[in-house]
Amino acid sequence: MMERRTSRRKLMNKVVSAFAIFSVLISVVLLGSILIEVIINGARALSINFLTQTPGAIGSGLGGVGPAIQGTLIVVGLTTAIGAPVGVFAGIYLSEFAGNGIFPASVRFFNDVLVGLPSIVLGIVAYVTLVIALGSFSVWAGAFALSLIMIPIVVRVTEETLKIVPNSMREAGQSLGIPKRKIIMNIVLPAAKSGVLTGIILAISRVAGETAPLIMTILGTDLYFTSLTGPVDALPLRIWRLASQPYQYAHDFGWGAALILILLVLGLSLGLRLLAHKRGFKIRTIAAG
Amino acid sequence: MGSDEDLSNENARGLQQREAEKEREQEIKVDKVSDSQTQSKQEPEEKQQLVPKVSIKNLEAWFGSKQALKSINLDVREKTVTAFIGPSGCGKTTLIRCLNRMHEMTPGAKAKGQVIIDGTDIYDRNIDAVIIKRRIGMVFQKPNPFPTMSIYDNVAAGLKLNGIKDKHLLDEIVKDSLEGAALWDEVKNELGKSGMGLSGGQQQRLCIARALAMQPEVLLMDEPTSALDPMASSKIENLVHDLKKRFTVIIVTHNMQQAARVSDDTVFMYLGELIEHNPTKKIFENPEKELTERYISGKFG
Repeated sequence: MMERRTSRRKLMNKVVSAFAIFSVLISVVLLGSILIEVIINGARALSINFLTQTPGAIGSGLGGVGPAIQGTLIVVGLTTAIGAPVGVFAGIYLSEFAGNGIFPASVRFFNDVLVGLPSIVLGIVAYVTLVIALGSFSVWAGAFALSLIMIPIVVRVTEETLKIVPNSMREAGQSLGIPKRKIIMNIVLPAAKSGVLTGIILAISRVAGETAPLIMTILGTDLYFTSLTGPVDALPLRIWRLASQPYQYAHDFGWGAALILILLVLGLSLGLRLLAHKRGFKIRTIAAG
Repeated sequence: MGSDEDLSNENARGLQQREAEKEREQEIKVDKVSDSQTQSKQEPEEKQQLVPKVSIKNLEAWFGSKQALKSINLDVREKTVTAFIGPSGCGKTTLIRCLNRMHEMTPGAKAKGQVIIDGTDIYDRNIDAVIIKRRIGMVFQKPNPFPTMSIYDNVAAGLKLNGIKDKHLLDEIVKDSLEGAALWDEVKNELGKSGMGLSGGQQQRLCIARALAMQPEVLLMDEPTSALDPMASSKIENLVHDLKKRFTVIIVTHNMQQAARVSDDTVFMYLGELIEHNPTKKIFENPEKELTERYISGKFG
């Protein structure tokens, strides 16, 4: 009896482990094959001209995606400059100040709704509010739409991460008579730094690949950036345009643009992590005596 | 050398107090009270000794609607160690957390009454609950050094984050505090390293150093050895002996032997009430109350 149960337990253990490994393999193989496909196809298109030139005439097989790279950097940069601080501070509010009343509960609820909203809806919001009001497609409108995608993600992750910081840290700060804002900024937030940063990187990766809201806001152009109130190009838009052309070279260019987008996000993620890691402890000593 | 250090301590105290305007208001208050104390100075010396460092009057505390402390009255003498003992849930931790107004930080918790420390009622309406904590050090059950700070910054955190920037002064106080917490010799060459790399006992002494850096008048210790092994615990106990030369120490412990070893006076609590407050020797050898006797002899709790 006992033995049979033991062997059953061991069998179940093996079945569950096997399923877990199988699931990992599926996701790794799928992601890996996509990445390899992009690298193989994309590498063919890469050249200095491709990275720096404006798109050539359709069908000419010339030109590059310079404006798209520049536009993505500008739009995503502006989005992060707006979205990251707003998201982090809203998360701080929910975790450290709000408590459990009706207002914070409804903020959390609508924040979750916002996370799940189709991005094109947010594009339309930006179109109706900013594009029509300003009379032009613009970088501002694009950054606004992408911020609406970024903020709820950052809010959620920041709140969850801050809540994991043990309350004993806050109490230690309180017992030293440190004001609440300094406890949050100098003790709690640094302890949650890597989690908050992961949330921001996740949100940046998400918005960097958005296409639909950009059609409604920055429109896309063949020219380099001129002003924040005018249209600009972006890599996802350019990939979409290139893919819809009937030429092989355009498809190759599309793969190349996709590779650049992946490398940008990867580089940003690594860069931010390195930066956060480097700002560790300063070496300090006191001369003895 | 010794007198030099004392002088710099005085400077640090001065800087701390000048730093915040609100605190200045409190200082004025303290001055007024010490005026009245100077009047009593003309009276015989013995009477001076009787002025308690901490005086608790009709203190009551609640968690929501549940009363955790029932009208506590207690005087604590200066530069002594007072231990709070009693079974789990008797209110000893609640009581110590009322002594620096930490209790009310818990959502739904409130406290009422007077806690007079060096003549200042910390529950006075004009007292800022944040700032008063600078004068009362606290050490918690589990060591809780700030994880992202170096050993140096952990000790200096209370001063730095309250606006003291003078590096020379900070260096001096950090060294002094680490020495006071018997940790200096073990960490003097790795002040820049994270406090999280230290052992549990060292972390707890780091937390004590962090509290000492604020030059508190009273040091509250809430079961400071409950998460430590016997060796680390005995180091903390020895440290408590040294600390009482400079500070008034109040320690909560669930360990009666510890109370017997470290304290001068012992307070026995039960169900939110203060049952007996007597010299430790008397409590353990010849307690007044039957309840105390039964608890000490292990008949309940």
